[in-house]
Amino acid sequence: MEIDPFIFRLSIFILSIFIGYYVVWSVTPSLHTPLMSVTNAISSVIIVGAIIAALAGTSESVFNTSSIFGFIAIILAAINIFGGFLVTQRMLQMYKKKKDKKK
Amino acid sequence: MISANLAAIFYLVSGILFILALRGLSSPDTSRQGNYFGIAGMIIAIIVTFFSIGNFSTSLVYVIIFLVIGGAIGAFIAFKIPMTAMPELVAGFHSLVGLAAVFVAIAAFLNPSAFNLGNVGDIKLASLIEMSIGAAVGAITFSGSIIAFLKLRGIMSGAPITFSGQHILNLILGIGIFVLIFYLCKTQSPNIFWMVISISFLVGVLLIIPIGGADMPVVISMLNSYSGWAAAGIGFTLENTALIITGALVGSSGAILSYIMCKAMNRSFVSVILGGFGADNSTDDKKEKKDQKPVKSGNAEDAAFLMKNASSVIIVPGYGMAVAQAQHALREMVDKLKKNDIKVTYAIHPVAGRMPGHMNVLLAEANVPYDEVFELEDINNDFANSDVAFVIGANDVTNPVAKTDPKSPIFGMPVLDVEKCKSVLFVKRSLSPGYAGIDNELFYKDNTLMLFADAKKMTEDIVKNLE
Repeated sequence: MEIDPFIFRLSIFILSIFIGYYVVWSVTPSLHTPLMSVTNAISSVIIVGAIIAALAGTSESVFNTSSIFGFIAIILAAINIFGGFLVTQRMLQMYKKKKDKKK
Repeated sequence: MISANLAAIFYLVSGILFILALRGLSSPDTSRQGNYFGIAGMIIAIIVTFFSIGNFSTSLVYVIIFLVIGGAIGAFIAFKIPMTAMPELVAGFHSLVGLAAVFVAIAAFLNPSAFNLGNVGDIKLASLIEMSIGAAVGAITFSGSIIAFLKLRGIMSGAPITFSGQHILNLILGIGIFVLIFYLCKTQSPNIFWMVISISFLVGVLLIIPIGGADMPVVISMLNSYSGWAAAGIGFTLENTALIITGALVGSSGAILSYIMCKAMNRSFVSVILGGFGADNSTDDKKEKKDQKPVKSGNAEDAAFLMKNASSVIIVPGYGMAVAQAQHALREMVDKLKKNDIKVTYAIHPVAGRMPGHMNVLLAEANVPYDEVFELEDINNDFANSDVAFVIGANDVTNPVAKTDPKSPIFGMPVLDVEKCKSVLFVKRSLSPGYAGIDNELFYKDNTLMLFADAKKMTEDIVKNLE
C-alpha cells in the first residue's frame, strides 16, 4: 500500500516542531527580540503562495479576483521580509562586546 | 521551468537555512551570520517559485513591481523605527503575516487549479481543510495583532476590556468555526468560507481585548506562534516544504517564548488568555493608602553621592526606562561611575518591558556591551554583595511581596532580590502601584531612597552631580 504524501508532509512538520523546540531553547534570552523579528521575517516565506496566485493570470488578464489577492499578499509579505530582516540586522549590529568599544 | 522534485529540494534547502538562522541566535557573535542564512533562504525560496511556475508573461513584471513596492515600504520602516517601538513593530508585522495567509488562502479557494488543488466547487477535501484552518488562524493573528498594536502604541487603552459571558462567547465562536469548516467541506460554498474568515477576525479581537498591558510580552509571543501555525497551514495547502518547516519553527518558537514569559510571571497560560489581570484593585488600594507608611525620598545629589561611594552598582531597568527613553542618559551615568572604578552590571528580569528581550535591545542601542548585562538567575545572588541597586522604570519585578505574601497576586513570581543590596535607589514618577495593581513593599524599606522624577531627567541630573 502506498503512503499518502500528506503523511510525509506531516512528518516533516512534526520533526520541524522538534527542531524548533531545541533550537529556540538554545537562543540566548538577550536575543529574544531579534528572535521574534527574524521568525517574523522567515514566516513571510508565505510569499511563495502569493507569487503562485499572482502568476496564475494570463498575459491578457493579469488581474483577476484570485490574482489580485495574490498581489496584495505579495506586498504584505514583502514589507515583512525586508522590514523583518533589516530591522533584525539593525538590532544585531548593536550587540557589542566590551572589547570592541575601545575605538 | 524546473521540475517539481527539484523545486522541492530547493525548498528543503531554504527550510534548512531558516533553521540555521535561528540557530545563529544562540550567541550574539553568530547571530549576524544567522541573519544572512535567513536572507539566503528567502531569496532561494522566491527564485525557485518563479522558475517552478515558469510563467514569464506580463504577470511577472507586476509581481516584481509589487515586490519592490512592499520591499521599499518594509526597508523604510526598518530604518526609521526607534528601538523603543520594537514591540509595536513586531505586533504590526505579525498582523501582516496573518493577513497574507488569509489572502493566499482566499486566492487558493478562488482559483484552486493554479495551486493543483482541484477545481472551483470541487477542491480536494484535505486541501480545503488545510486552507480553511490556515485562513482562520491567519485571520485571528491579523485582528489580534492589530489590537495588540493599538494597545502597545497607546492608541487604545492598555486596560483589559472584559464583559460578562466573554469566555462563553469565545468558546461558542471557536466551536462555530469548526462547525462551519465541516459544512464547508460538505458544500464547498464560498459563503461559508467567507463566514469562517469573518468569525475568525472577530475571535482575534475578542481574544486580545481582555488582556492587560503587563501581559503584553505573552500576547506578542502568542501571536508570533499563531503566525507560524497559519503559515504551516498554508504550507500544507501548497504542499510546500519551506513553508511547513518555517511554520513549525515559528510556531514552536512563539510557544516557547510564551511559556518563558508565563513562567517569569508565575502565571498559567490559561489565566493570561482569560485576561482581566490588573483590571481594578483600586478599592483595595484605597484601603491600604489609609495607613500610608513613611517613605524616604531624595534628589539627584543624594543619589550621586551614594553611587560615588559605592564599589559596585547593579542597574535594574524596566518599561519605564523605555517610555522615558532614558537608556542613553543611563549609559552616560554608568560611564561616569566606571571612571571612578565602580563595578557596574545590569540585571534584567525576563518580563521587563513589553516583549521578550526588550531591555536588552535598548541597552544594546545605548552601546552597553552585552557581557555586562545579566539575566535574573545569573545575577540574583550578587545583590547581597553589592552596594547600590539602581532601579529605573521597573516595579513589580522587584517587589519582595512575591516572596513573602502568599495572598499577593504576584506571589511566587521570580523577582530580583533588590532589597538585599546595601541601598536601593528607586527612580519612579510617583508611589503609584505597577501594572499588577499592587503596592511595592520596597518603597518603604529603610535602605530604599525614592527618587521621584521622570527616569530620563533624573538620570541626567545624576550625571551632572557626578561631575
